[in-house]
Amino acid sequence: MIKTSRLCLGLAKPMQLGRFSEADWDITLRQARAAGLLATLYYAALDANQFDQLPERVRAQLAAARHVADRHQEVMQWEVEAIHHVLDRIGVPMIVLKGAAYVVAGLEAARGRLFGDIDILVPHGALTDVERVLGRAGWVQEDRSTYNDRYYRQWMHEIPARRHAQRGTVLDVHHNILPLTARNKPRAQALWDAALPMSGFNDLYVLAREDMLLHSAAHLFLNGEFERGLRDLNDFRRLGQQFANTAQFWHSLKKRAETLDLVQPLAYAVRYANRLLDAGIPEAGMPELSRPGTWLMDPLLTRGLQPNHASAHDLWTPAALFGLYVRGHYLRMPLHLLLPHLLYKGTLAKFDEQALHDANQEKLAQFRAFLGK
Amino acid sequence: MKLLQLPPAELRRQLATSGVWLRTGPFSLRVQSRIPSVAEGLAKFYGQFEVRSVQEVFADFHVAVNPPASLRRWLRPQATFSFDGIQPLKSLPRGLAFAMLERGLNWCVSTQAHHYLILNAAVVEKNGFAAVLPALPGSGKSTLTAGLVLSGWRLLSDELALIDRKTGWVHPLPRPICLKNASIPQVHALNPDAFLTHPLHDTAKGSIAYMRPPKESVRRQHEPAHPGWLVFPKWVAESETELRPRSKQQSFQFLTQQAINCSQLGAEAFRVCTGLIEQTDCYDFQYSQLDEAVAVFDRLAASATISMLDHEDARAC
Repeated sequence: MIKTSRLCLGLAKPMQLGRFSEADWDITLRQARAAGLLATLYYAALDANQFDQLPERVRAQLAAARHVADRHQEVMQWEVEAIHHVLDRIGVPMIVLKGAAYVVAGLEAARGRLFGDIDILVPHGALTDVERVLGRAGWVQEDRSTYNDRYYRQWMHEIPARRHAQRGTVLDVHHNILPLTARNKPRAQALWDAALPMSGFNDLYVLAREDMLLHSAAHLFLNGEFERGLRDLNDFRRLGQQFANTAQFWHSLKKRAETLDLVQPLAYAVRYANRLLDAGIPEAGMPELSRPGTWLMDPLLTRGLQPNHASAHDLWTPAALFGLYVRGHYLRMPLHLLLPHLLYKGTLAKFDEQALHDANQEKLAQFRAFLGK
Repeated sequence: MKLLQLPPAELRRQLATSGVWLRTGPFSLRVQSRIPSVAEGLAKFYGQFEVRSVQEVFADFHVAVNPPASLRRWLRPQATFSFDGIQPLKSLPRGLAFAMLERGLNWCVSTQAHHYLILNAAVVEKNGFAAVLPALPGSGKSTLTAGLVLSGWRLLSDELALIDRKTGWVHPLPRPICLKNASIPQVHALNPDAFLTHPLHDTAKGSIAYMRPPKESVRRQHEPAHPGWLVFPKWVAESETELRPRSKQQSFQFLTQQAINCSQLGAEAFRVCTGLIEQTDCYDFQYSQLDEAVAVFDRLAASATISMLDHEDARAC
């Protein structure tokens, strides 16, 4: 069993941060930077009344990260409003997902949270119109290779990422929260039916509280990339801490997981949030994982969910990350689709993508020139 | 303990294994490198800097400069900078390993130290007041800085000015001054005793040479300075030396363009820049002759001190 990282200990028990030695802090800050959790750690220390007791240089680093995160969120809030403005004009509703949703809804989980992309959910039927107006507003599709385009549109739950030609922000437009080919099949309509409207906006929503937790769990445990795994697990824990003000909440979460076909990711999220981050979620009555499942997955996930820093790795970490990567793909696609896909990615993709990259750069430059006028 | 007190063999050994702890200004570094020229560079340019005491275990930046892992290490030897396991910059030829370290340290400060407002600016101090010299690369900023510190000004910084967001004071980050192309012989002409490296060729900037920061500036590297002047320098071939007052509005505009973390700090950057403009006299400065330039700055320091102190007294009242 791999040792739990300093960073996990600090996040799990922020009351003890004041007692960390300088050597502890050296490791903790490095792990937090690698995991994208420096500003989160700032708020953890602040809320536990420990910040003022920390060594001066630690305070300086955490405060610097906090400023960057706060400012980043101002910018992202502005971007969400800009996107909403574009979609609202053609009467298409949107649900903001993940990090951007925590910010827009003013949740605890947003404090200190960094995120690269803005994720939104729109009705599947509106995709063509959405793409047209987003393109006109400067959000252009970067990757135009025929294969990838088809991969996204035929099998995925989102269309290829769009980047704003001037501001550089990246937007992922989803029509569901899991790939169409995935084993678990939540219905998008159920998410829409329960979505919470944001006051002050027309047709701007976030997911219902239960759905937000389930999406966080599904995104983490049905995926193959664990670079930001600890951050996502911490999201799940913080959302749970804020929403679970009644004993009923966990029960209704379980019911909802059954409706959305997300029981297994919920079971994983509860297990590892409790084990690594001391989330204190009552496990009685929660969905359980089978014994062979946990024997196999514990060694993989306890490694994959550590911060992506050499000090939190052991000899088996690379193998565990590879195992999780393969598992993620397997859960996203049945083998008869996955094998040809991986074969293509491993062979022909490089040539196709280079040719398209060159053509793209040219188009992007033309578009920038057009916007500049 | 200072770095020069480490015997060369011991420095090389530490550097190649667990790394050497150094203090530069407000930051502590752990530098690790298996490349001998990095050890030589540190011994030459960082000799006066404090190294780790036995109980030190914390570093702000864990950095390394090493040959890359790929096969290229034999084809065209390279040096790669890493910041705690990530490689944010393009490798340079092995001969420029020390320059790679310097560039990497600048990268660390400008992408991490957002508790300061960070300006693309040199800073020098005399008689208690600092002259902040914001400028684009190629404007003769480093040449002027080298000239001034060889004439008795204290070096606070050559490339990155750290402005304390609460007090508005400038925190020193004295490190080797990077001189480019034609400025190398100019600085030599001004002071033949200046400690420079042999020019290193084959960089994107042409040839470069590093100048050792003065001992006194390193000794006072924890002593912040009150900003007195904001001077925008420009080297123009064969021009007359000219110091011209510049409007605060124009100065503000150019200053914010030189604020590296302006977008990260947002409104806070705006506030700190305003504070800096308010407490300084702003000038445009054009020069071609380094000795004349130094004379102008010396007059500025001598004449302005009295009026600024009056100003300070008035504020205290």
